[in-house]
Amino acid sequence: METVLQHLLNGIATGSIYALIALGYTMVYGVLKLINFAHGDVFMFGAFMGFYIAHGLGLSAEPSIAGALVVMPLTMLICGVLGYLNERIAYRPLRRAPRIASLITAIGVSFLLEFGGQMVFGPDPRFFPRLFPKTTIEVAGVVTTNYQILVLLTALVLVGALQWIVFRTRFGKAMRAVSHNFEMAALMGIPVDRVISMTFVIGSTLAGAAGCLYGLVYPKIDPLMGVFPGLKAFIAAVLGGIGNVPGAALGGLIIGLVEEYVVAVDPWVYDLIGLHIGRFKDAVVFGILVAILVFRPSGLLGRYEPEKV
Amino acid sequence: MRPTVSAAIALAALFVLFVLDRILPSLIDPYVFQVLIYLGINITLATSLNMVFGIAGQFSMGHAGFMAIGGYVAASITFFGGPVAGTAAPGLLLTALLGGGLAAAAAGWLVGLPSLRLTGDYLAIVTLGFGEIIRVIILNIETVGGARGFSGVPALGAFGPLGSFFWVYLVATVTVVVSIRLVGSSHGRALLAVRENEVAAEACGVNSTHYKVLAFVMAAFFAGIAGGLFGHFLQYLNPNSFTFIKSFEIVIMVVLGGLGSVTGAIVGAGIVTILPEGLRRVKDLNPAGTDPRMVIFAILLIVLMLTRPSGIMGTREIWDLFRRKPRSAKLD
Repeated sequence: METVLQHLLNGIATGSIYALIALGYTMVYGVLKLINFAHGDVFMFGAFMGFYIAHGLGLSAEPSIAGALVVMPLTMLICGVLGYLNERIAYRPLRRAPRIASLITAIGVSFLLEFGGQMVFGPDPRFFPRLFPKTTIEVAGVVTTNYQILVLLTALVLVGALQWIVFRTRFGKAMRAVSHNFEMAALMGIPVDRVISMTFVIGSTLAGAAGCLYGLVYPKIDPLMGVFPGLKAFIAAVLGGIGNVPGAALGGLIIGLVEEYVVAVDPWVYDLIGLHIGRFKDAVVFGILVAILVFRPSGLLGRYEPEKV
Repeated sequence: MRPTVSAAIALAALFVLFVLDRILPSLIDPYVFQVLIYLGINITLATSLNMVFGIAGQFSMGHAGFMAIGGYVAASITFFGGPVAGTAAPGLLLTALLGGGLAAAAAGWLVGLPSLRLTGDYLAIVTLGFGEIIRVIILNIETVGGARGFSGVPALGAFGPLGSFFWVYLVATVTVVVSIRLVGSSHGRALLAVRENEVAAEACGVNSTHYKVLAFVMAAFFAGIAGGLFGHFLQYLNPNSFTFIKSFEIVIMVVLGGLGSVTGAIVGAGIVTILPEGLRRVKDLNPAGTDPRMVIFAILLIVLMLTRPSGIMGTREIWDLFRRKPRSAKLD
């Protein structure tokens, strides 16, 4: 029982990071219908920015809560700027071009961040510093750390904030209008370009936060670290229903939990059928994706939109 | 064209390939030869992806998966089947390549099925998922080396008198010819109709389901053969050569050259193969170790896409560039 709860907790911690990345995917897809493949690399960039800022502030020598409170917003800010530049340079000029062209530039930006990262940050893994003292908390046999709790809380707060932005602010209304019908929104006087830029900024900000949190929980960071979490976060976004904020959060949690439990049941399944299912972790996640797209393409919380002729 | 003329052209082509196969290795240095072989394999990959992505309009990002299946099946046939058959005749290699192609085609059929329900980006993601699933499964099959890779695959040149160049460019030529003939055939017209507007195509009596699956099966077949060539040329296979990055690379070739253009796919394959090699000098400028080539490649990719969003060739073919424009074209 304790182990089941323990895995639940670990799964939720990983899942909330996936959820934060998934939000960026889902928002950008919602307004632009573009899979922003560079998003996972913005997450990587966030982790490295957190790393450098923390070292710059000398936090690796003497961790403090106050320092952590500086690192996080600063990283988010820098990632937001990166997201803005990304959209401005690579995607905006292609708004009227075939959609596939922006997909290729997205892959190009992704390569640029990965290999540029290898050149600038160095190809070897670095170790993310502890921003504040790590303490272990044990409740009823389940062990957790204040880091895991921080991850969960931050994710909850950010998802809540995003939900508020999308449904309670003027900007959110504009964003939903652009997502609904791009051209009609422009005719109604909505500054479409500015809305799209802001969407990228918000998404990248969240990815930057996710990068920092990931660095805290899994301290080994390298320039290619964004590839798989990025892909899985995209799966999470599709699973929850792309363009849907709570859906992305839910999808992230599900993917995190599935990964954790597939590894957890490995010895048990091996005794049963002689197969190391834990090694098929990635295949299982992709299998979920294929299944959801075939049986419910609009995702768990998405709305089905029939094709109009 | 009369059948006898076609047969004569085919024989002449075979002869040219055979002669080149004999003289090229001694004429050019091994490094250039190696790049030439990769070019041939990439042409096959790009042209085959163009069948499903360019001609039928079904966005597939799992091409590396088909390549992996073909590579592993073909390598298994020559590696395990060779000692049993007790021969290393060209027939064995041919069987292996075709076997790999057929296995990949079967996988293509499986992947094609969800394409009946999905379009655009969703299809792309599902095919990407399938590609990764294939890779993870191969990674866990110990008989073909698992994560260590499959070493000891017999070389392409080890089967009779024919060398790597002959096999690689034979397959590339066949793929290109099939592609060009396909576009001109009634099946090709049906595929184009599905690409342009699926609903309208259905209304005209095109069985879009049938054609979409057909496109997937054909593309996967040729990608599988390319995988077989790749494995036998390197004499080694590793699941990590077939990640989605490889699929991206093939997509880039096709889009860069111009989606739907067969000769465009060849041009794209040429750029993606030769550009990083041509930038090797840049690498020497920075002896510190990190390789700036991929960064330059990424920047060029972005710039090229920004300046020519529909690819270098668009949907045109090489010979369209030399054709005189009809008089009415002067109006615009």
